[in-house]
Amino acid sequence: MGAGHAHKLYRHGHSPVHGLPPHCKLAATLAFVVVVVSTPREAVWAFGLYAALLAAVAAVARIPAGFLLRRLLIEVPFVAFAVLMPFVAEGERVQVLGMSLSVSGLWGAWNVLAKGTLGVAASVLLASTTELRALLLGLQRLKLPPLLVQIASFMIRYGDVISDEMRRMSIARRSRGFEASGIRHWGVLAKTAGALFIRSYERGERVYLAMVSRGYAGSMPVIDEVAATRAQWAYASVLPVTALAVCLMGWTL
Amino acid sequence: MDPVTSTPSLEVAGLAYAYPDGHQALFGVDLTVGQGERVALLGPNGAGKTTLVLHLNGILTGGVGSVSVAGLPVEKRNLAEIRRRVGIVFQDPDDQLFMPTVREDVAFGPAAAGMRGAELEERVRTALDQVGMADFADRPPHHLSFGQRRRVAVATVLAMRPEILVLDEPSSNLDPASRRELADILRSLDVTVLMVTHDLPYALELCPRSVVLSEGAIAADGRTRELLCDDELMRAHRLELPFGFDPRTPLLTRPAH
Repeated sequence: MGAGHAHKLYRHGHSPVHGLPPHCKLAATLAFVVVVVSTPREAVWAFGLYAALLAAVAAVARIPAGFLLRRLLIEVPFVAFAVLMPFVAEGERVQVLGMSLSVSGLWGAWNVLAKGTLGVAASVLLASTTELRALLLGLQRLKLPPLLVQIASFMIRYGDVISDEMRRMSIARRSRGFEASGIRHWGVLAKTAGALFIRSYERGERVYLAMVSRGYAGSMPVIDEVAATRAQWAYASVLPVTALAVCLMGWTL
Repeated sequence: MDPVTSTPSLEVAGLAYAYPDGHQALFGVDLTVGQGERVALLGPNGAGKTTLVLHLNGILTGGVGSVSVAGLPVEKRNLAEIRRRVGIVFQDPDDQLFMPTVREDVAFGPAAAGMRGAELEERVRTALDQVGMADFADRPPHHLSFGQRRRVAVATVLAMRPEILVLDEPSSNLDPASRRELADILRSLDVTVLMVTHDLPYALELCPRSVVLSEGAIAADGRTRELLCDDELMRAHRLELPFGFDPRTPLLTRPAH
């Protein structure tokens, strides 16, 4: 069985950060990431300050550092190529530990690594203080196209159903003596994937029938109104506004 | 709710329907279900039961004949009201429960009709109470047992205060305890029920009246016990009682209606 609604990214808690309306948090995270990305890479100290800001948010949200760092590992494959940049980039070179490295490549790698890490850390904080369901409500509130929000919420609802179905099909295959072990078996796996697609497609039609039967006419009804007070907006904006101040200092100093 | 109590909940007259591929599923079905009745719709696979059900709330239209629900004809301009009046509980609760939590799923129908706030909350709570699932409101449907999901599926429809509850194979895949719990719930509801099933003992337990649909037409309509005792009729329409079950034996535990 999958994790379903209580997703493993989410860390249950009652901190002030948990309590903020989801759309405030989403907007604050997005603004923070935009500010970080637009900071000049030479202002190394600014990135230190950003990291300190995120650490402060994590402390308020009572997210332990270990939890946060473990979640940050997801970034590794994405920044792997940043490590290559000092070796392959053109231009002025410096000698480090006997290796010839490009200066612009080093800056490029630093830029990707620092901004990427901060962005992922901000998203991990958002995900660990906001339930998946609440995030969707927040997106809806921020006027993301309703169709996209509907698709995302169906994905959450049916992800487990479909992975269960996949598991049952795999058990059925293995019960008949099939073990996928090489390229010759890919055909069978491809057919399974096709069957799964058709089953899911048919389920989609049945779900649609059930929706229409209960009065669905193209848009999801609003069941939970998420509203934010001015104070909550102000509280959520502390992070991006402070970051903006740091960013401006980075440009002027 | 309805001022004219004598109007039947459901009136189907001369309903015939052929699918676009030419396969004809219904050949003139006539069926009247009075208010508060519990009727079982029996029939073998491929008899047209699902086709008939999909006509009741106007998902399938365009054939011959008419359907009306509490006096309101099933027509395009009435569809919203018809779909509120006819609550269909589909066979697979995973198809029926498409929202992330039980509460939101039960709220879907009334909210689609424009209900909001405290009134909506009240409606959801009442519906979940009726099926004994109030404690599960904030759970995702996937984390419930099959029987619980089926009960929530019934609640999603009850929340719309339907005139008639249509259940497609309500007892399928249920263990005996869940089956009994669902029967208790259905008995406790004050609503017209049309139950599509092959589960003949279940039909006998819950529905005083049964209708046999076979090859797209109504083959028999009468008291459930009498129909089940008519061996020839049962055999002619591929309806079989489970081994060891005899509808002639009086039910010791419960009355038949």
